[in-house]
Amino acid sequence: MDLGPHAAFIIAAYVMAAVVVLGLIAWVIADYDAQQRVLADLEQRGVTRRSQKSEAA
Amino acid sequence: MALIDLANPTRFLALAARVLPWLAAATALAFAAGLYLVWFTTPDDYQQGATVKIMFIHVPNAWLAMGVWTVMSIASIGTLVWRHPLADVAAKSAAPLGAAFTFLALVTGSLWGRPMWGTYWVWDARLTSVLVLLLMYLGVIALWRTVDDPSRAGRAAAILTLVGAVNLPVIKFSVDWWNTLHQPASVLRAGGPAIHPAILTPLLVMAIAFVLLFVTLHLAAMRNEILRRRVRSMWLMQAHAAQGA
Repeated sequence: MDLGPHAAFIIAAYVMAAVVVLGLIAWVIADYDAQQRVLADLEQRGVTRRSQKSEAA
Repeated sequence: MALIDLANPTRFLALAARVLPWLAAATALAFAAGLYLVWFTTPDDYQQGATVKIMFIHVPNAWLAMGVWTVMSIASIGTLVWRHPLADVAAKSAAPLGAAFTFLALVTGSLWGRPMWGTYWVWDARLTSVLVLLLMYLGVIALWRTVDDPSRAGRAAAILTLVGAVNLPVIKFSVDWWNTLHQPASVLRAGGPAIHPAILTPLLVMAIAFVLLFVTLHLAAMRNEILRRRVRSMWLMQAHAAQGA
C-alpha cells in the first residue's frame, strides 16, 4: 500500500487515535476494577449503604 | 420497563451489565468494517491523495466533540429542571470522553493540515472555537474535581455546560460566518453531502463506529460513577458511625 509522500502524517494520526481510544478503554476498565475493589473491601468490613439497611430490614 | 425506571441507579447498573457486552461487540465490528473499507477499498482523493485517510478519523471525532457536549447539555437540563438522579452522573461521565474526542479532532486536523495547508495550526474561527471547546471540557472536569459534594458540583457544572453550549453553533457555522482556512461543511449541509459515495460510505461507517464507542464507554463510565458514589456514601456512613461511637 502506497501512502504517498505524506505517509508519516497519516500513520501518526492513526497511531494517535489508537493510543487515545485504547487509553480511554483502559481507564474505564481500571476505574471499574478500582471501585469494585473498594466496595468489596467496605462490605467485608461490614459497612453498608442506607438503602441496603432498609432492604435488609 | 419504563424509561423513568432507569432513574433508579440499581436498575441502571443491571441494564448496563446486560447491554455493555453487546455494545462492545458492535463497536468492535463497526471499527473492523470501517477500517477495512478505509484501508482496502477506499480510493485516494484526486487532489489530496492518501492523506484523505486522516479524514476518516478526524471528522467523526469532530462530530463527537460537539455531540458529546450536546449530550452533556441535555443531561444538564435534567439536573437543573428535573433533578434526575442519573443526569449529573451522565454529564460528569461524558466530559472526559468529550475532551478526548475533541483532542483527537484537533490533533488529527493538525496532522492533516500540515501537508494540505502547509501549517499545523492557524488561528481561524473553526480551529479556535474547537480549541475553546476543549478548554471548556477541561474546565468542567476541573469543576467536578474542585467541589466535593456531587450534587453541588453537578448543579454548578450544569450551568457551566449550558452556558458553554453557546459555542456549538459558533463552531458549526464558523466556516460560513467568517473567512476560514478550514473548508466549509461537506456532509451535514443544506443540499446534501458534497462527497462522492466511495468516500462518504466509509466515513459514515467510521462515524457509526465512533458513536458506538462513545455510547459503550459512556455507559461504562456512568456505571463507574454510580459505584464511586456508593463508595462515597459508605465512607460517610462509616465516618458518622465512628463519630457517634
